[in-house]
Amino acid sequence: MSYEAAVDEAGRPIKIVEGLPGVVADWSSDQQAFKRVPWGKAMMWIFLLSDTFIFSIFLTSYMTVRSSTVVPWPNSSEVFALTLFGHHIPLILIAIMTFILISSSGTMAMAVKFGYEKKRKITTFLMLLTALFGASFVGMQVFEWSKLILEEGVRPWGNPMGAAQFGATFFMITGFHGFHVSVGVILLLIVARKVWTGDLENMRPGFFTGRRGGYEIVEIVGLYWHFVDLVWVFIFAFFYLW
Amino acid sequence: MSETTTDEQQHPIAIYFWVWGLLFVLSGLSYMVDYMQLQGYLRWSLILFFMFMKAGFIIAVFMHMCYERLAMTCAILIPTGCLLIFIGLMALESGYTSDTRNVYLDGAPGIMLTDSPH
Repeated sequence: MSYEAAVDEAGRPIKIVEGLPGVVADWSSDQQAFKRVPWGKAMMWIFLLSDTFIFSIFLTSYMTVRSSTVVPWPNSSEVFALTLFGHHIPLILIAIMTFILISSSGTMAMAVKFGYEKKRKITTFLMLLTALFGASFVGMQVFEWSKLILEEGVRPWGNPMGAAQFGATFFMITGFHGFHVSVGVILLLIVARKVWTGDLENMRPGFFTGRRGGYEIVEIVGLYWHFVDLVWVFIFAFFYLW
Repeated sequence: MSETTTDEQQHPIAIYFWVWGLLFVLSGLSYMVDYMQLQGYLRWSLILFFMFMKAGFIIAVFMHMCYERLAMTCAILIPTGCLLIFIGLMALESGYTSDTRNVYLDGAPGIMLTDSPH
């Protein structure tokens, strides 16, 4: 085999490394498909694509069990109703959670903009606000779960209202989404701290990594956060409204 | 799409406020679908319409997809689009399961239909 023929885009010969270091060298070859896109952003998009497949499989299996069961599906409008100030309002907690998550997406989008403008204070503030919205979302989900488990008697293997698959799909889908929100809150706090301390301006190495980070990592954590909001749009439509 | 030579995504703040407000309105409308207890095809088409509008605005503006280069947009959106085929297959499958359950679980005991309705 003649490796000497291997050249890069500019016609320079590529250095060939053998053994395990060769595996790393080959996979990290200097080839750029996504022009002018920071590598971290491209990687985050690819991660989100894989996450899209996971959530799609959850929602598709939910569709499959729901449309094939001969037992009536519990009426989500009633299951998730709350009595507030003496009024019985259907699905109200879910509606509030939806508005909170959308608001957190709005503050995150602005944090990305102000991050690129290197306005550290307002960026940190908006990211902390986003994290606060996210944490309150998780808190409401804990309330929702405990009400469902303790008061309504919903279990992954059955419930008093109808089809047994309701509990299994509900806990799986919303649980996985809630886990994503929790991870997002932690990620937001880490990056907000880095913005606040000026690490990004001075290109100090990042958390978990020796690589140097710039303000694009605010956009990268933002992509993750918007994705979490995006998944909720689909869960809200298919699980709660359908 | 954008002709800038920088990696940075810089857009006027007004567009974020507009999309934010729009997402609020769309969420409110989809909540109203349930609150007003619309049923049948009207309910499902409205839910899907509002859902795709919201998802589209989040991806396009908040996630900057409409400002990215086409190579990346394709790399992300085409595999996602392929999921529709999978979802369609599973819809057919669950319809078939539902039909067989209706025939064999609810039908009179001992009667096996030889020609299935599908």
